[in-house]
Amino acid sequence: MLWAFVILPLLGAALAWGIPDNRKRTFVLPLFAVLHLVFSLYLVAETPPASPHGWFLLDALGKLNLLCNAVLFTVCAFYAVGYLNYRRKRNNRTLCTALLICLSAMTLVAISQHLGMLWIALEATTLTMAPLIYFNRNARSIEATWKYLLICSVGIAIALLGLFFLAYSTIVAKQEISLLLSALVRDAARLHAGWRHAAFIFLLVGFGSKMGLAPLHTWKPDAYGEAPGLVGALLAGGLVNCALLSLLRVYQVAAASTEGPLFREVLLGMGLLSMAFAAVFMARQSDFKRMLAYSSVEHVGIIAVALGLGRGALFGALLHMVNNALTKGVLFLSCGNIHRAYNSKSTQVVRGALRRTPWSGALFLAAFLAITGSPPFAPFVSEFSIVSSAFLQGSPWTGGIFLLFLAIIFIGMALTVIPVVLGEIPEDIAKTPYRDTIHTVLPPLVLMAAILVLGLWLPDPLQELIRQAAGLLGGER
Amino acid sequence: MTSLTDQLLVLCLLLNFAVVGTSRLGFSVRAVAAQGVILGVLPALVHPFTLHLAAIVVGIIAVKGVAIPLFIGKAIRKAEIQREFEPFIGYIPSLVLGAIFTALAFVFAEKLPLAPEHEGLLFVPASIATLMCGFLILMGRRKAISQVIGYLLLENGIFVFGLLLAEAMPAMVEAGALLDLLVGIFVMGIVINHISREFSSLDTSRLSALRED
Repeated sequence: MLWAFVILPLLGAALAWGIPDNRKRTFVLPLFAVLHLVFSLYLVAETPPASPHGWFLLDALGKLNLLCNAVLFTVCAFYAVGYLNYRRKRNNRTLCTALLICLSAMTLVAISQHLGMLWIALEATTLTMAPLIYFNRNARSIEATWKYLLICSVGIAIALLGLFFLAYSTIVAKQEISLLLSALVRDAARLHAGWRHAAFIFLLVGFGSKMGLAPLHTWKPDAYGEAPGLVGALLAGGLVNCALLSLLRVYQVAAASTEGPLFREVLLGMGLLSMAFAAVFMARQSDFKRMLAYSSVEHVGIIAVALGLGRGALFGALLHMVNNALTKGVLFLSCGNIHRAYNSKSTQVVRGALRRTPWSGALFLAAFLAITGSPPFAPFVSEFSIVSSAFLQGSPWTGGIFLLFLAIIFIGMALTVIPVVLGEIPEDIAKTPYRDTIHTVLPPLVLMAAILVLGLWLPDPLQELIRQAAGLLGGER
Repeated sequence: MTSLTDQLLVLCLLLNFAVVGTSRLGFSVRAVAAQGVILGVLPALVHPFTLHLAAIVVGIIAVKGVAIPLFIGKAIRKAEIQREFEPFIGYIPSLVLGAIFTALAFVFAEKLPLAPEHEGLLFVPASIATLMCGFLILMGRRKAISQVIGYLLLENGIFVFGLLLAEAMPAMVEAGALLDLLVGIFVMGIVINHISREFSSLDTSRLSALRED
């Protein structure tokens, strides 16, 4: 059952590879995305039984991750049809195939309970994204691809060493050797302390660099800046969440052992550092896509801070994981449209997007308000829940610094976004064929509507799912 | 058997120095490949024979000893470069640093207790030293191909440690990890080709358009 789920997008990938026509091929994306989404919804509602050895199981954390990725991917798939229509000259065979393979790998991340398998799937997501970042085939994008590939590969290799250490700690402690999550959580307290400690450090560094936590985020601005908008959306929403899920699996083991408090403190420190980096670099960005990368660094920072606080903040952390993924989707897709309309990413050239591309400009502005935590959008709810939990738990300093960074980042981002959306259109601007059409506007619009709805009303099943997931992390149920 | 295992691990360490101290890319690739073959032979010496083990041995030798060196060799021929040029960290300082890292690896490994059956083997220090040498090359060299060689060295270091677990790792995980590595190197090879076409050199220090001012 679960296997069929991983194989489905691969079939799509094979089909996309086989279709010779550049235009027809793009329709494979929404077709398989919708199939995958329906399948996901079904599996989330009717929890399938675990696979025989317990390697694959869809638990609450996995479900949350899967839902998020399936929704985001579907939106991006519909957008891709419109987007690739504008770029008909560019061969999209690699893009379509790699996107679907990546979907398959992301699904595998969500259902893996064996940490070795999880690692393989995560590495596969990294590799399939590399050709996508290079879609524009110019000097800048090859540079971004190289940095991304090298830093993420090295990061993930370090995570593998961490996993080996974890497995070895079971041998030294004379337990049955296993990398199954359930066994590790059960025996966490009895694992050999020295090896376990080393394992957690390596895993945090490894998955942290894939997530883009400061100071391991250096590849992010380049990759996000050079990748096409829809790839950026999947990087910032999908891949970040996959890396985060891997980190959460480690968090589960750490929470069950005596190292929980230390692990949380390190996460808290890295989270605040990420927000600080974002606050500093966001303000003077002359490239609005790179600015979004720093926003991504900020939000993985927020999630890390919430994980570091633990207990009551876990609900906020998981809710923010969903909200961040959806909002990043709108930001990158609308940003991609504006980029096409001006054929530039520089804030010197791109001004007055609200008049040139009214829909994309408005969406970009709305998503900016949402991501910086303005009510009534969903990220406000999760950020508020994290801050209030920080104060309730008696860490007013953390809460205070958190709020300060949010304020600085709001101002920094506004300084870039407001002129881009509302400024005067420069006179000597080049003509471009792109104008907002339903194909490129409706997908992000739907996503934006979802963010608004989630901000006003969190459906009970979703709330229950997040509570269950927080329970897995040792939070209040 | 123990002495043969240790001798092979020492050979592994010596190959690290060979890679760290040379500017010739072809030679580095062959050294890393030789290391890959050693990595393939080692599990056969440590663990009792099973079919699973035989598959691991064949898999590692095929991927690390044959396929990956072929990929990189091809990339080198296509890009028409033979040597690393003006590395950030010179060869002599690299060798000295490599020696320091190796010594530190032995000190660090002392602190980590081993399971009784692995007591007295060089696996852990060899693993950490190889890993550190990989990092040294990743950071100290300019050419993209050198960086791939550094990455491979780092991977080899991790694999040395993984050999202690060779019995316990499910075959599917082993196969998946090797496949990921293979595809990773393949993708890197393609990117290298594009870099050399785009910049007509493989100097990664020219990849600096995206720097933060």
